[in-house]
Amino acid sequence: MATATFRIWRGEKGGGEFRDYSTEITDGMVVLDAVHQIQAEQTGDLSVRWNCKAGKCGSCSAEINGMPKLMCMTRLNSLPLQQPVTIEPMKTFPHIRDLVTDVSWNFRVKERIAKFKPRRPDAPDGTWRTAQVDADRVQEFRKCIECFLCQDVCHVLRDHHMHEEFIGPRFLVYTAALEMQPLDEGDRLQDLKSQFGIGLCNITKCCTKVCPENITITDNAIIPLKERVVDRYYDPLGKLFRMFSPRGT
Amino acid sequence: MAEYLTHEHDVLVIGAGGAGLRAAVEASAAGVKVALVSKSLLGKAHTVMAEGGIAAALADVDDRDNWRVHFADTMRGGQYVNSWRMAELHAKEAPARVRELEAWGAVFDRTVDGRILQRNFGGHRYPRLAHVGDRTGLEMIRTLQDHGIHLGLDVFMEHTILILLKDGDRVVGAFGYDRERGRFHLFRAKAVVLATGGVGRAYKITSNSWEYTGDGHSLAYHAGAALTDMEFLQFHPTGMIWPPSVRGLLITEAVRGEGGVLRNKDGRRFMFDDIPPLYANQTADNEEEGWRYVQGDKNARRPPDLLTRDHVARCIRREVREGRGSPHGGVFLDIAWIKEKIPNAAEHIKKKLPSMYHQFKQLADIDITQVPMEVGPTTHYMMGGVRVDPDSQMASVPGLFAAGECAAGLHGANRLGGNSLSDLVVFGKRAGEYAARFAKNNSLGKVNPEQLAVAERGALKPFEREGAEGPYAVQYALQAMMQDLVGIVRQEQEMLQALDHIQELKARTGRVGVSGHREYNNSWHTAIDLNNLLTVSEIITRAALERKESRGAHFREDYPAKDEQFGQLNIVIQKGADGEVQLRREPIPPMPAELKQIIQEMK
Ligand SMILES: Cc1cc2nc3c(=O)[nH]c(=O)nc-3n(C[C@H](O)[C@H](O)[C@H](O)COP(=O)(O)OP(=O)(O)OC[C@H]3O[C@@H](n4cnc5c(N)ncnc54)[C@H](O)[C@@H]3O)c2cc1C
Ligand code: SF4
Ligand code: SF4
Ligand code: FES
Repeated sequence: MATATFRIWRGEKGGGEFRDYSTEITDGMVVLDAVHQIQAEQTGDLSVRWNCKAGKCGSCSAEINGMPKLMCMTRLNSLPLQQPVTIEPMKTFPHIRDLVTDVSWNFRVKERIAKFKPRRPDAPDGTWRTAQVDADRVQEFRKCIECFLCQDVCHVLRDHHMHEEFIGPRFLVYTAALEMQPLDEGDRLQDLKSQFGIGLCNITKCCTKVCPENITITDNAIIPLKERVVDRYYDPLGKLFRMFSPRGT
Repeated sequence: MAEYLTHEHDVLVIGAGGAGLRAAVEASAAGVKVALVSKSLLGKAHTVMAEGGIAAALADVDDRDNWRVHFADTMRGGQYVNSWRMAELHAKEAPARVRELEAWGAVFDRTVDGRILQRNFGGHRYPRLAHVGDRTGLEMIRTLQDHGIHLGLDVFMEHTILILLKDGDRVVGAFGYDRERGRFHLFRAKAVVLATGGVGRAYKITSNSWEYTGDGHSLAYHAGAALTDMEFLQFHPTGMIWPPSVRGLLITEAVRGEGGVLRNKDGRRFMFDDIPPLYANQTADNEEEGWRYVQGDKNARRPPDLLTRDHVARCIRREVREGRGSPHGGVFLDIAWIKEKIPNAAEHIKKKLPSMYHQFKQLADIDITQVPMEVGPTTHYMMGGVRVDPDSQMASVPGLFAAGECAAGLHGANRLGGNSLSDLVVFGKRAGEYAARFAKNNSLGKVNPEQLAVAERGALKPFEREGAEGPYAVQYALQAMMQDLVGIVRQEQEMLQALDHIQELKARTGRVGVSGHREYNNSWHTAIDLNNLLTVSEIITRAALERKESRGAHFREDYPAKDEQFGQLNIVIQKGADGEVQLRREPIPPMPAELKQIIQEMK
């Protein structure tokens, strides 16, 4: 049987070190399987967060050989096994222990975003009519499994630590999903500009590259939001127009 | 009394899946203070994995549908041991609950005229499942979560409840610990809602996540509440079996709906070999007719590959046992073959089954548009659970409510696909509403410090035995044993053996040790969960021994037929005064004439 070595970050609250574990590998294994096997056979108190083991819940995010990935969807045969596979916790969030980080900041950010506000129902029975093409646009964003890998990789958060000023790609996607929700009447443009820091994104597209759900974060969510913000706040003609029209767009 | 971090609320909801979130939203809307506790992070509960859809007679696609048809379908699927009252409420209220999700921001797939699109599923007469591609559960949990966070709920993520607290007869709170720091927490509440999901982790091969250790079932049982229908555990016929790391992962029924067929190693469509007499009239007897059915020909009968989940699972097991299985111990599910029938088959498959295509490609290196999949049954859903009042969802102990997969009644002997997600919102809402009402009429109860001390000591015991056997080996042994001895096909001798093994495993669990400290220590969590797994395993086994017939998901080799007498009763389980499992047979209350008539009409 073949074995491989996994170089796993062990430690608490930012401190710690890499430790090497060798374990047997079998057909079809993913990184999360190796971690579980090591946990069961060698070091029971290795901390790892996971739920579905099917790429659906977004719990098992980590950095594998330096790349932000879901451990449960990373096959070992996609990695060079002649050298140790490094597994580290995400860097953008406070470390708890081993591979687990404190992602609670994300949940707090979401609460700041104005909630869904539907227009009056279209039909007397209280229902709405929506065309599939309009649904399609937001359905892409609603595929998000909240793995926060995009947050992990975005330099505004990772390197510049602007967690206060910037909500990060995940929540720009979330805001886009609300703004483009066919039934929604809320308006989040002012917040995007002044509180959510949309201007801080300089469209590097790193977030899009790591999204396990293949959401086109930058092109489909962030850029259209930026355009809306620009149209409203920086376009003098639009401004004039809005002064005479009852409701901004 | 030792000092614990203490939280006081009107209503405590344990579990943040669809049922728990819906209950919390409702209780909060009633104006009471609500705590919501879950083992994992918000939005990660099992509900997130649901694929196919949520069943509701919206009649958006087929206007012949209405609550009466949905009611009759649910009762037929459950083989008439369901709670007819729950089936009635569920069928009547599901449409409003689905529309409400839309009002809270869910974006379902649409019909051409802009209504909610609904799809066909096994056992539902008309297209009834509102859905979002094959990620309906994600849509639902996210909608409820995003709605809930603006309601002022106190959310305790990554907190695990160890026991329910009682003041006399009444449940007055719960006691647990947080994963991050390993500190103990006391939750005092006037009413408690259990919404902890299922039990699949008692088995080796399962579609369920690590959270499914039967906590709610076990918490309720130890608090003296009655459980019922615990012998009815659904095995989904098509789980992945290869590679080993994905064994058990679900393959949606929609694969067969799109024309996928089951074959043994000789290429034979073995489902044609055993068609139950009850279904003979509605089932195709040749391959050609089966193909026409999946192509939408209303005059064709459905292929036997689409018979009920319990029957298909047993046929697969038979093929494997008799040596006609696939190389890794399953059978073949072939969708690639449709290229003989239609042009551009590969594109068609990718479009209709995107996540299945992706799942096999990424996890098994298999292109399902080219080669067959290997599949086998996987432990999927617990029909049994806390016995509740159908209207209020209150358990047999006052102050305790239950909803979702950990409650029982709606599904009887077999759940129809899509009826779980609707169950969560219909009865989650009711549980929240009645729990809030109960809270308004009651004050906080007294907490017995002794109960907390015992729970704390019990939980910390494994740390005193560092160096002893770890919890994982015991968990694996239990899972393998339940799979072998209390699985899809059961018989008395094997189940008696299982009870012996459970006793041994209990003793082993009492000796399990863990290393390290209390902060985010997975092995400690596993050691604690073992107790719940053992409790539910024993209950499942005893209930299965007691029901000496075969019905729905419960199949006894030694009693292979249905028995009319057992068809009139539920098996009810309660903890006896001696601490042992007690069983009783309880007659199902007589069904009102109107409901009987509906069933007659829909026969
Ligand atoms: C792969 C898959 C696909 C499915 N597809 C469908 C489908 O298409 N349609 C359908 O109707 N059904 C489907 N089902 C079934 C359905 O998804 C589940 O039955 C349902 O989601 C259960 O919801 P719940 O709210 O009862 O529990 P869950 O969503 O599982 O939530 C349980 C909650 O309880 C918490 N919890 C558990 N124990 C404790 C404890 N001790 N302390 C604190 N918190 C605790 C957990 O952390 C979690 O938050 C599917 C199931 C699977 C596995
Ligand atoms: S595109 Fe914007 S949000 Fe995405 S990683 Fe780059 S800076 Fe961050
Ligand atoms: S947008 Fe993509 S990468 Fe970001 S949290 Fe959602 S699924 Fe993860
Ligand atoms: S465990 Fe759910 S995404 Fe990996």
